[in-house]
Order: sequence, then C-alpha cells, then structure tokens
Amino acid sequence: MKYRKWSAVLLAAGVVASLGACASGGGDSADGPQKLTMLIGSSGDAETSAVESATTAWAADNNATVEVIAASDLTQQLSQGFAGDDAPDVFYMGWDQFSTYASNGYLEPYAADLANAGEFYPSLVDTFTYDDTFTCAPKDFSTLGLIINTDLWAAAGLTDADVPTDWDGLEAVATKLTTPTTVGLSFGLEYARAGVFMNQAGGQLVDGDTVVADSDENVAGLEYLQKLHDAGVLKWPSEISAGWAGEALGAGKAAMVIEGPWIKGIQGDFPDTNYAAFELPAGPAGPSTFTFTNCWGIPANSDTKDAAVSLVEFLTSDAQQLAAADAFGVIPSTESGAAEYATKYPENASFVAGADYAVSPVNFAGSATVISDFNAQLESLIGGDAKQILGTLQTNLQAALDEANGN
Amino acid sequence: MGPTILIIRSNLTRESAMAQSLRGTTFRGRGIRGAEARYGWAFVAPAILIIGVFLVIPIFLALFVSFSNWNGLGSPLNNSALVGVDNYAKVLVEPGLAQRDFGLSIRNNLYYVIIVVPLQTALALFLAVQVNRRILRGRGFFRTAFYFPSVTSSVAIVTIFIFLFTASGAVNAILGFFGADGPNWFADPSGIIHNLLAGVGVTSAPDALLAAGPLGLDWWSWLSGPSVAMCVLIILAIFTTSGTFMLLFLAALQNVSGDIDEAAMVDGAGPFRKFFSVTLPMLKPTLFTVLTLGLIGTWQVFDQIYLTGKGAPGKTLLTPAYLAYDTSFKGLNWGEGAAISFILFIIIVSFTLLQRYVLRDRDLGRSGERRAAKREKQFRNEAAVGAAQIARKQEDSISQGERR
Repeated sequence: MKYRKWSAVLLAAGVVASLGACASGGGDSADGPQKLTMLIGSSGDAETSAVESATTAWAADNNATVEVIAASDLTQQLSQGFAGDDAPDVFYMGWDQFSTYASNGYLEPYAADLANAGEFYPSLVDTFTYDDTFTCAPKDFSTLGLIINTDLWAAAGLTDADVPTDWDGLEAVATKLTTPTTVGLSFGLEYARAGVFMNQAGGQLVDGDTVVADSDENVAGLEYLQKLHDAGVLKWPSEISAGWAGEALGAGKAAMVIEGPWIKGIQGDFPDTNYAAFELPAGPAGPSTFTFTNCWGIPANSDTKDAAVSLVEFLTSDAQQLAAADAFGVIPSTESGAAEYATKYPENASFVAGADYAVSPVNFAGSATVISDFNAQLESLIGGDAKQILGTLQTNLQAALDEANGN
Repeated sequence: MGPTILIIRSNLTRESAMAQSLRGTTFRGRGIRGAEARYGWAFVAPAILIIGVFLVIPIFLALFVSFSNWNGLGSPLNNSALVGVDNYAKVLVEPGLAQRDFGLSIRNNLYYVIIVVPLQTALALFLAVQVNRRILRGRGFFRTAFYFPSVTSSVAIVTIFIFLFTASGAVNAILGFFGADGPNWFADPSGIIHNLLAGVGVTSAPDALLAAGPLGLDWWSWLSGPSVAMCVLIILAIFTTSGTFMLLFLAALQNVSGDIDEAAMVDGAGPFRKFFSVTLPMLKPTLFTVLTLGLIGTWQVFDQIYLTGKGAPGKTLLTPAYLAYDTSFKGLNWGEGAAISFILFIIIVSFTLLQRYVLRDRDLGRSGERRAAKREKQFRNEAAVGAAQIARKQEDSISQGERR
C-alpha cells in the first residue's frame, strides 16, 4: 500500500510540475506597448530587414512592438504554433496552403473590412477567397515570364523582333539557341510550370464542381512539352546539373527559362549574366500565365486581431508595398501600386503585364497532396503517356474536390 | 479520549501485523530496511518524471490523436472528436491517394530495410574482424577512419552525396572514365528490378502482375525494386552506420578470449571454420543488438528523405516516417499522420519479434530439448556402432591370434 501512495504522490507532483512548465507566460499585462509577433518565410536578409523596418515604423505610431521571425520552414513552424495555441499574430500564408488553413478554421476573415480591400487585383482576391469570404489581404504577387539570356540570344543571331509570341516561335528560337553546351529552354517539370502550357492550350483543371483535368486541351499542353524535349531543345534543370532553372540560366546551361521576378536573386551568384524578362508566348488558346502570391494571415479569434489588422492595412498600402518592391523585387498586390512599379522597373514590366490574364494555380482544401502526386507522375512524362498521367490526376483531384465540397 | 483511542488503534495494528507475520505473510515497508523503498522512489523520481512527461504522456496523446479528427488547432484533448478507426482505414483499406501513398512508402522502405540491414551488419562484422586482427598495423587509425562517418552529421553527408551523385558529378565522371554512362542518380525514379527486366526485354508488366496487390499498388509496382535514387541512399546508409555497429562487434570480439581461438586451431579448424563455428556463435547477443538497432533505424529513415527532395523522384523516396510528417504538418491531417506512425510502430515491433524468433537460442525450450535428445540419440547410436566395431576388431585380432 505504501508504495502505491508514494508513487501516486510523485506522479501527481510530476504532472502538476509539467503542466505548470507548459503554460508559459499566459498573462501579458494590458497596459504598456502591445507585443506582436510576425512569422515570415523570408527569401533572404534583404527581405527580413525590409519587413523589420516597415513594422518598426508602424509600431512607433501605434504604441506597440513587433518581433519579426524569419522561419526556416514556414509551414512546419505555423503548424506547431497553431497546435500549441501559440500562433504568431501575423504571418505569411502561401497560396498553396491557404485553402487547407481556411477550411480548418485557422484564419480570421478580416480582409473584406480593410479600407483598401477594393484596390487589390481581382485574381488575387479570388485566390484568397474561401467560402465566398475574402479572407486575407494579398501581400504581393509574381507571375511567370520567359527569361532570356541576352548574350546567348545575340550570339545566336537573334534580335528583339524574334522574341517568341506563340508556341511555334518558342520552338524555333529554342532550336536556334540549343548548342552542345547550352539547351534552348529549361524549367522544372512540375504543375506550376507545365500547367501554364495546359492553360495556354485551352485546358483547365476544375470547372465549377467538376474536375476536367483529362481534357484534350490539357493533353495537348503536355504533348507539346514532350515534343520539345524529344527534339532536345527543352531539358529539366536536373538533367543539366542545375538545382533550379535560375541556376541553369545564370551558369549559361540554358538560354531561356520560365521563372518569375525572383530571378533577380541569381545576380549574387552570377553577376556577369545578362538577361531580360518577356511575357510568355501565347498558346493555341491565347496567352496564360500563373500568379503566385502570399497573403498576410491572422489567426482566428486572436486577442491581438485589431492591432494585427491595422498593421496589415499599413503594410499593404501602396507606399509600403513599393518600398518592399525596392528592397526585394516583389510586385505590389494593388493595381495602382503595380502600375507604378511597372514604370519604375521597366525590366519587370512584363511580369505586371502578365497579371491581366494570369490565373491562380488550382487551390482548394486537399488539392496540395494531389498536385504533389501529379508532380511525381510528371516525372514519367518523357517516354510516358500524357493522357494516362492526366487520367490519374483526374481521379485523384475529383476525389479531393468531392471531399472538400462534402465538408 | 483521543490519545487512548490512538493507542488502542496502534496496538491493534501491531497485533494484526504480528498476526500477519505469524500467518507467514510478510509485512512490507517495516524493519531495518523499511525506509529504503521510500528513498529508492525518491531517487528514480526525476527519471520517471522526465520519461512520463516527455515519452509516456505524448505517446498516449498521439495514440488518442490517431483515433480522432484533430486538425491541429489548439490542444487535441478538447478540440477534437473520436472517429474510431477512420484514420487507419484511410491509409490501409480505402482506395485513394492516401492509401496509395502509404503503399508506396511501405514498398520503398521495405526494399531499403531488406538491403541495408544485412549488408550493414555484414560489413560492420567484416570491418570489426579486420580491425581486431593482431597483425594489422595502424589498427587505431583504421578504427577511427571506419568510425568517422558515424560521428559526422548525417545532414553533411547527405549534402555531399547529393553533390557526388548529380548528373555531372564526381561519380558519373569516374564512371565516364571507364566508358560507362552513369544515370542521373537522384532524379531517376526507375526501379532497379524493372531496369534489370528491361535489360532482358521485359519493359511492361505481364498481365498477371497488373492485378491489384495490397495497399492500392499493383504487383508490378511492388516488384519494382528500389529506385536508382533509393540505391544512393542505401549506399549512404551502409556507409554511415556500419562504423557504429563495427564498434559494437569490436567490443564483443575483444571479449572472446584467445584460448578459445587456440583451442579451435588445435582441434584443426581453419580460419573460416573457426569464424563461422566458434567466433560467430559467441557474437550472437551482439548480432541481435545490431540487427535490432538496424531494423529500427532503417524503418524510421527521415532526414535523408527530407534533404533529398521530400520523396522525389516520383515518390520513390517516400517513407512512412516522412509521410507521417508530411500528412500532419503540410496536410493538417494529424489523425492520419499519427495513424501512420502507429502502423510503423507495429511494423517495427513485428520485425524485431521475427528476428528474435529466428535468432533464438536453440538450446533452450522444448525445441531445444528435442534437439538435444536427438543429438544424444545420434551420439549413442554412433557410440554403439563404434563399440561394435572395436569389439569386432578385437575379436578379429583374437581369432587371428588363435589362428597363429
């Protein structure tokens, strides 16, 4: 009997001690400056310090302090924060995870009430609308463009007039630019790139409540890529020993790549590479590109919601967005801001022009798993059957869509 | 009033204690060593506390999550509902992407385990025997060299391997020097058994193998073998872990005394016979340890997968441990992720039990007795035959002597 009593006492003491240790610092005092934490997925020091100075400016006017944390793995750290009831007050929310988070009730739908809610690009508002509610404010966006190594372009005897505007033109210049050491065109084989060609051929993945992934148009888009690869004028970065297409462009292993404004980042590693960005060539069904974007997420039912919304309103103002553009090259998410950006940075004007017809990649709760499976299937595209790959996508995506709608 | 009652009661307890001890039952916690138990508990309390808080409670919480629909928001205890075995059903029996992913991860990891565990154990044993030889010069150097990969961070080694095995990396350069055309290692999702079959002209599945196998994969996919990319990770695992296990074998080898070796030599055993019939049986407990640790480690492979592209190429590097992480943190299906972890736990336990059964001590238990009886019978038979022969020889010599 004695043993049991002692062990019970010890166990109870242990549980109490551990629970006490877990409930760390619950009571922030109401007076004094309000403390906010912000979790960002930063592209580098330039971005982190720009966000820090912007938040400091807001904090000074609003009797608050903002701690900016640059995440090493944003999704994982966010999940941990939410699971531990310790979510950051403001955070970057990627387009690909947005619906999953919104459908699980993680996000505060604040964006519709923002003073500048009407100024964002409609396609961005669409991306961050869940259940007919504009949930969170787009932070910035990027579109895909055709980035050309201008030195290799000139060396192949091509001029500005030769910049491709359709698929045939793209194939022609890619063929001309291909040499034994350089491939004409390169980009990572994934939905975020191949999907553009499917859209340009007139396809789409979801039409209302039905998935139409295995349409003839989508097949045509993938078969065009097969054709270019078979001709040897298109290679994936992994085939030419590059980590990503930007590295292939910088190192001169590829003459053209399909990337976004973040291509600026290669300047550090390859300062001598000259390049220019153009709109993507149009397909049989017209021009199309993808838009990628982040929004400012605010956790649902947060105590600091009012302060966080005020901070987001400040950060999405044209002035602040242009300051961010200066610092790390993203495009402002408001139409007026983007227009000013295009005049200020003519070399990136083509990315802004793409926004007029850009669509967001498919994105509903549970679609991310299916898309990553599609990316894995795409690896068998060369020498494989495009129709079969899209058939698998059709089945999986329809199942995921039904489940998302069923909830 | 009060004190009297107390005295009476204490008398009563003492009497009942005496009665108990008279009846032969021991009354614990009294006597000269009575306080020892109390101190014992006090001394192990910190360990119990730490294990309880950081191991036992989380494991039971995870078990709870695996039966719930927790979506990762707040504490699972008051933010979720129990959904029975739904999470387990989703990955095990319901056809769909979740089941297929789980099937792929099990296939990949199974090939990884089947190849890595025997090879790393054999290599570790081989290295230990070599390093243990008395005539080898610079034993200390080799011991350190072989152990070095084990103490280096696996992240660093994986990063180096990624560079070595790129399409135009060092490995392919060496292969090119010998005229061979190396594959694009980390980007090649083709299974090596499929590749071997393609070498003899079989490029697509025979109809019999296209039938659906377990976990949503057809048998042709199950028989793909590890992908080329997985082979690199297999080489990496053998390279890094054999050093650790070499150290375990080395410690065991140094406990095998020289007398036994000499006795075996006197009995006429050659080096191979000596190793397989004398040394190896003496290393059996260590062998068990090494195999168990190897099984656990290989089924839980995670960091290599995280670093080499999250399951790419073609999901052939997906493993259950990584899938559980991905399902939980990226897909926010925490219940499903926890269910995968517990299925993995059951797999590891059953593999360990299986190898314990295979490596069991054959001299013990009923089967051991049967074997011993059989051997004794055989021995008696031989002895009887031998005795008869001797007797016959003696008779012969006697009769020969008589004839003379």
